[in-house]
Amino acid sequence: MTTLTLATGHLQGRRLPRAAAPATALVAAALAVLLGQISPVSGVAGTTCVAVVLFFAGYTALSFAVEGSRHAIDRLASTLIYASFLAALVPLVWILSTVLVRGGRVLSAGFLGHSMRGIGADATGGGVYHALVGTIEQVLLATVIAVPIGVLTAIYLVEYGRHSKLSKAIGFFVDVMTGVPSIIAGLFVYSAFIVSLGFQRTGLAGALALSILMIPVVVRSTEEMLKIVPSELREAAYALGVPKWRTILRVVIPTAIGGITTGVMLAIARISGETAPLLLTTFLSQSINFNPTSGPQASIPTFVWDQIGSATHPALDRAWAGALVLILFVAVLYTTARLIAWVTGGARR
Amino acid sequence: MAKRIDITNVSSYYGKFEAVSDVSLRIEPNAVTAFIGPSGCGKSTLLRTLNRMHEVVPGTSVTGEILLDGENIYDDTVDPVNVRRTIGMVFQRPNPFPTMSIYENVAAGIRLDARRMPKSELDGLVERSLQAANLWNEVKDRLKKPGASLSGGQQQRLCIARAIAVEPAVLLMDEPCSSLDPISTLAIEDLIDELKNNYTIVIVTHNMQQAARVSDTTAFFNLAGIGQPGRLIESAPTALIFSTPGQKATEDYISGRFG
Ligand SMILES: Nc1ncnc2c1ncn2[C@@H]1O[C@H](COP(=O)(O)OP(=O)(O)O)[C@@H](O)[C@H]1O
Ligand SMILES: [Mg+2]
Repeated sequence: MTTLTLATGHLQGRRLPRAAAPATALVAAALAVLLGQISPVSGVAGTTCVAVVLFFAGYTALSFAVEGSRHAIDRLASTLIYASFLAALVPLVWILSTVLVRGGRVLSAGFLGHSMRGIGADATGGGVYHALVGTIEQVLLATVIAVPIGVLTAIYLVEYGRHSKLSKAIGFFVDVMTGVPSIIAGLFVYSAFIVSLGFQRTGLAGALALSILMIPVVVRSTEEMLKIVPSELREAAYALGVPKWRTILRVVIPTAIGGITTGVMLAIARISGETAPLLLTTFLSQSINFNPTSGPQASIPTFVWDQIGSATHPALDRAWAGALVLILFVAVLYTTARLIAWVTGGARR
Repeated sequence: MAKRIDITNVSSYYGKFEAVSDVSLRIEPNAVTAFIGPSGCGKSTLLRTLNRMHEVVPGTSVTGEILLDGENIYDDTVDPVNVRRTIGMVFQRPNPFPTMSIYENVAAGIRLDARRMPKSELDGLVERSLQAANLWNEVKDRLKKPGASLSGGQQQRLCIARAIAVEPAVLLMDEPCSSLDPISTLAIEDLIDELKNNYTIVIVTHNMQQAARVSDTTAFFNLAGIGQPGRLIESAPTALIFSTPGQKATEDYISGRFG
């Protein structure tokens, strides 16, 4: 009996009040500013670093004194996680705001609707239309080539080739492809199609190079998504007398489609910004070319590269605006794909 | 139409490991046969051997003969897909298709297989199957809701409706109530009692009372030790097994002295 009776208040422990964190932060900031007056570490960056270190030390020590070591470690770990999150956000917000501010200056309907034909490096005006056309066509073509190959490869690896020698070999080469620098993919298409087979530099050649970069990403992401489809669902379909290929098509893929779409979108986002392989395969162009199978075709990355190369003020403005258009392009594609996946997601939503 | 199953000298393997050894057993039509026995004695394996689901696991094999109304389901000319259409299965954990509605889940056997069926006929089939599974009244107003939005017991009855919608002759159930509460369990036991009018039913259960309540014949399986294959110890009318078992091991098991 005696062991069951707890000392009163045993379940309660002393906790820090809610205001402790902001109060400590204020004190740490104030101390850092004061220290900045007398020490060699000063300036915004230096003072911020000192303040952060002081906050970590002070907050943990305070918690240790009041709450004990377990809570102190918990608070230290949580603070570290929040701090890492903020640190990871800084470059993202920085890039986005810079591109928005600098690119927003010249972004207009006119910029979206005009090409660079006849616009000199020093002249203002001109636009990204020819490059947008090129990027849309090249990325679309690359996707049309890479997604079926990538998804079918993943289906083979997960559903049919488990542990077979062939699937191990395919897995190895997919990994190798993931590591191929993008300019090598461009050089491959350049040497194989343009030099050896004598094709022109075209949007299609660029799309081929991009698809080489896209395939391994699609294979790996699709493979992961198919692997997490529970085997019970496959068995449920088999037990109804549904053949394996229809089970894959009608049960496995619909269950994984959200993740597969995300993977494809990430792959598209990756290739949309590729510059080096396109310089080798599509070359540069200042005018509109709707035909991806004939003649050089512009694209947004090569447009940005080209404008930066000119290094005049109007050209640099156009480069930033081009970068902004590229980000918007990927954002629009991503949102559309998620919407489609959501609408066709059936009963799950 | 319910069909009879004759199992003769059947052994099932995972790779080189023999999970069930040398089982011979007759499963009567329009009756409930219960498989009982301690964990790991191969009840599930034998059950999955009966509709060729065993071979879905890579590296598995089966020896012996299984006749469905006289036709060997392991004959080289037999398509396992057709076997599974004739011998349906309900799993231990309810597994409705998460991407499909209640209606689509029941229609899955038809729709996934691209068998053509007019909408009105399919509607009728879905309603009949849900009624047969005692679920119609609970879901008739929300057939378009996801199958996964039902409770565990309702999901299991949905899976039963899905299995009987393809009009099989035999229904295999692997511990269908083990993840359910007592009320849902009772609902499914009542259902099994009705279903045996039209189907041959084989049920694996860990629950002795359940075997006694629902089955006509009980088959007791046991294994001699770890790493040994499971064997059929005896099979007899349920009343007999529970009153005067023929083997000492059976008596020990059902009286709870081990297992
Ligand atoms: N997928 C599998 N791979 C290898 N061995 C398995 C597999 N499934 C079951 N076994 C083995 O087969 C034996 C019988 O298992 P099981 O049929 O599930 O028994 P029960 O259903 O009677 O509990 C056990 O020893 C088990 O470890
Ligand atoms: Mg089992």
